[in-house]
Amino acid sequence: MPGKRLVLYGERAFGALTLGFALLVLVLIGGMVYYLIQGAAPALAEFGWRFLVSRRWDAVHEVFGALPFIYGTIASSLLALVLAVPLGVGAAVYLAELAPPWIRTPLSFMIELLAAVPSVVYGLWGLFVMAPWLRAVVEPWLERHLGFLPLFRGPAFGVGILAAGVVLAIMILPTISSVSREVMLAVPDSQREAMLALGATRWETTWKVVIPYGRSGIIGAVILGLGRALGETMAATMVIGNSLNMSLSLFHPANTMASIIVNEFAEAVTRLHTAALIEIAFILFLVTLILNVLARLLVWRVARGPRGLRRE
Amino acid sequence: MAQSLTVENLNAWYGDKQALYEINLHVLPAKITGIIGPSGCGKSTFIRCLNRLHEVVRGARVSGRVLLNGQDIYAPRADPVLLRQRIGMVFQKPNPFPTMSIFENVAAGPRLQGVRGAALHEVVERSLVQAGLWEEVRDRLSQSGASLSGGQQQRLCIARALAVNPEVLLMDEPCSALDPASTLRIEELMGSLKEHYTIVIVTHNMQQASRVADYTAFFLEGRLIEYGPTAELFTRPQDPRTESYITGRFG
Repeated sequence: MPGKRLVLYGERAFGALTLGFALLVLVLIGGMVYYLIQGAAPALAEFGWRFLVSRRWDAVHEVFGALPFIYGTIASSLLALVLAVPLGVGAAVYLAELAPPWIRTPLSFMIELLAAVPSVVYGLWGLFVMAPWLRAVVEPWLERHLGFLPLFRGPAFGVGILAAGVVLAIMILPTISSVSREVMLAVPDSQREAMLALGATRWETTWKVVIPYGRSGIIGAVILGLGRALGETMAATMVIGNSLNMSLSLFHPANTMASIIVNEFAEAVTRLHTAALIEIAFILFLVTLILNVLARLLVWRVARGPRGLRRE
Repeated sequence: MAQSLTVENLNAWYGDKQALYEINLHVLPAKITGIIGPSGCGKSTFIRCLNRLHEVVRGARVSGRVLLNGQDIYAPRADPVLLRQRIGMVFQKPNPFPTMSIFENVAAGPRLQGVRGAALHEVVERSLVQAGLWEEVRDRLSQSGASLSGGQQQRLCIARALAVNPEVLLMDEPCSALDPASTLRIEELMGSLKEHYTIVIVTHNMQQASRVADYTAFFLEGRLIEYGPTAELFTRPQDPRTESYITGRFG
């Protein structure tokens, strides 16, 4: 029957076409890695591992070390986690375990809406509203009470790592809270009921059963948030102050790996300068890729259920 | 101390749907009471009303009284959390806490009440002995509860429920996910536990009810049809619906 064969061919062609689309994604990633390595080659050859530990970034003398930007990225992202993890996980606990349905839906919706705000808007708000407040109120307070730590010492600029950390925290909050909420909703009710039946309160049940059961998924949510914070460019660039000098102080203007690329790519004229920026991009790409894979695996593990207790 | 339970005019709803109608039943202390009936007859809902776990489900609601040793567990000032320490429960599917070790699973309940140290070890060992699991797990208490077989997991859950030293033990089809050998072990276990505990067991298996229960209640469509000594209910049922159910004409 010719008609039937035609359908069969159509089926195969459709399968091959969609397979091609799926493979195209891999080809794109492969191509990107190739381009980054090739572009970074001069800097890789010139500076080797020193690139990661040198604090000197001097375009005039063509000496490049990425340490200040690595520090700026790590410090601002970790600060964002310190602020966003308790808030995000706390909000998720409320939404998944405690909130009545008429609050749950609109509130989850609004938290997820935070993710829809363009990062340049966060940047503007950070620059004009938050940074002056940090300079006038928060930073002097921190220095007065925690000034014995090098992190909280030095002149208050407003813009700097602290400002970037706070803006990033707000930006990763929806990621952490919505993924953690999904993870907690995936915890079977039989687990909650087992604990309640022992005479546990809601709070004890959440703390001793729901969160431990979803632990790896919640860690995954945090890592997803971290991946977002590391790579976030626009908002961080607007509030971090864009200094090439490195200081441990969180009040000090700095640069992240993403912000230095944005700031200098247009004016990088020499081959080595361009290569150094591409190398930073390559490092950022690798780190965020690895973190994302790790995070997805952890979240996936909770959805499947722990070993030995598979759900049918 | 095993206690009696008296159920008076108990109704239960899920949202608008009524699941139980005017149940009146007296559960005798230190006896095993079996609850039988076809799927959806309200037997699980009924025992979930006895430890106030029914109300945990969204939209679920209860009216009527349940007296534990004469005190109404639904009285306005009664605390469901304290009540559940007095009425333990074993569920249909074994549900040990997978992130906790065998020891920690059993210790979870007593820990909530602040039991620590040597006393805690004593409670855990005693409960595992009572549940007939001690000999099998004594050398691997720190392993995950999920590493046990299905039947062992269910006995672990029984040990976990016994560890809070309840007066009543509710069992919601505890053997439905288990093989015949494990089922037999748990039935033997119930026989030894009834000296100290009042046991209410839901089962859709009539043979099981006739083997283990001293008294049996037959539920149908949310109503209690008949209740009496097991031997009598199975040999001389008063209600024609009970008779057709136990002779296998439906369900």
